[in-house]
Amino acid sequence: MNHFELHAAKQRAKNIAFQVIAIMGLLFALFVLLLLLFNVLKDGLSRINIQFLTSYTSRHAEQAGIIAGLVGTLYMVILTAAIAVPIGIGAAVYLEEYSKKNLLGRIIEINIANLAGVPSIVYGLLGLGLFVRWFSLDRSLLAGSLTMSLLIMPVIIIATREAIRSVPNGIREASFAVGSTKLQTIWHHILPISFPSILTGIILAISRAIGETAPLITIGALTYVTFLPKDLNSSFTILPIQIYNWVSRPQQEFQENAAGAIIVLLAFTLLLNSIAIILRNRFSK
Amino acid sequence: MNKVETKSVNLFYGAKQALKNISMSFNENNVVALIGPSGCGKSTYLRLFNRMNDMIDGVTIDGEVLLNGKNIYASNVRVEDVRKRVGMVFQKPNPFPKTIFENVAYGLRVNGITNKRFIEETVVRSLKQAALWEEVKDELKKSALSLSGGQQQRLCIARALAVEPSVVLMDEPCSALDPISNAKIEELIWELKKKYTIIIVTHNMQQAARVSDRTAFFYIGELIEYNDTKEIFTNPKHERTQNYITGRFG
Repeated sequence: MNHFELHAAKQRAKNIAFQVIAIMGLLFALFVLLLLLFNVLKDGLSRINIQFLTSYTSRHAEQAGIIAGLVGTLYMVILTAAIAVPIGIGAAVYLEEYSKKNLLGRIIEINIANLAGVPSIVYGLLGLGLFVRWFSLDRSLLAGSLTMSLLIMPVIIIATREAIRSVPNGIREASFAVGSTKLQTIWHHILPISFPSILTGIILAISRAIGETAPLITIGALTYVTFLPKDLNSSFTILPIQIYNWVSRPQQEFQENAAGAIIVLLAFTLLLNSIAIILRNRFSK
Repeated sequence: MNKVETKSVNLFYGAKQALKNISMSFNENNVVALIGPSGCGKSTYLRLFNRMNDMIDGVTIDGEVLLNGKNIYASNVRVEDVRKRVGMVFQKPNPFPKTIFENVAYGLRVNGITNKRFIEETVVRSLKQAALWEEVKDELKKSALSLSGGQQQRLCIARALAVEPSVVLMDEPCSALDPISNAKIEELIWELKKKYTIIIVTHNMQQAARVSDRTAFFYIGELIEYNDTKEIFTNPKHERTQNYITGRFG
């Protein structure tokens, strides 16, 4: 074997070794995920029935249900999206299409990136101080949704900016060249073209909001709720808090309830993600 | 009257001067070619006429750019009105990801025209003017992105013509096209100059010689020579011009 052949053989071996490591990584991740799913399904699948989905929580595990958390989560997600999406897209459009690329712009950009990484409990504390106490919104659905909006807004802004930035500059020039205003260019071209990617960002952000527990515990969402929120000022609970509450009980029956609620929460997230994928495929044609 | 003129125009990108004291005038129904090596300022100069340089941060412009005697950089002029009167075709075909029909109709719609009949007639007329009608008349509802590069560029020309400009700017319109599409566009330029004043930037000397009535040679932000195309190519006054057109530099 001469020098070159030896070298080539070494490279081949390295190539294969790397491939094996990559596959192992994938298998490990899949294994953990499957284990988790299996455990949850084993414990909770027997609890999924109409009674469980339509009952309020109870001291008796077999009579307890998740309706308060499910409806609370649904309301909170809708309200959070209604607040965070328009503001987030608006901010991103301003930063990309209007603001000058100067020092101030760069400072804002870095700050938004940092905000996206701030631990959620910090947003909870902010919500507690700002919305619950200062605005006197109490531990209401509105206060919770506003807090969640703050939490996901940086994610929406960053995703929207990325989407807008990927629109070819030729499209902007072509639009301006026939006498479009900036607003017309943004409305007729920039937003429609970037819409599929923006949507993906929004859904990811909302999926995050569904799973967050800490900020809402901080602002004082209730853990034992036997009514549905009537209006924006109602107190409320959400699925993750319900799960957290049940998991902390010693009885095995409540553990099964928790597993059942986790299955519903997973299904909810999966549903949202599927909708996002379907919409994205439809619009990017 | 489609007279276009610049008077002592200086343009700076930040501190760097890209155009130095340029005064030129363009006759109507003429094709003027702007030539010169890369970075000489010819594209920047072209973009003065529809104020495309406004989009870039840090650009300052002094001097006057006159369209029919009126300075288009005056503070009471709406930039959108300028761009309606001065159409532009870009180097890379840039159709909108919409139907062929909507691409051409777009300029009318954003300018507030809603009359369906008028829009349809204008789309047909513009596509005919751009020599594209015969190829697309049965598929106006198809996406513009399904067209070939040469067809896309003619669609972009139709889109520019639909708003009835008086001046058409072309920034290397053939550089991304094959020779056959190139020839079609050149033929089209000959047709269009009956109605429009055309200013074209090109890196292709033969193209400049074939399509233009007058030619301007730019070098590092300065206008070196501006004369009848025949004169420029057969009897250039400046050594730089001579060297450039014969391919000795640039």
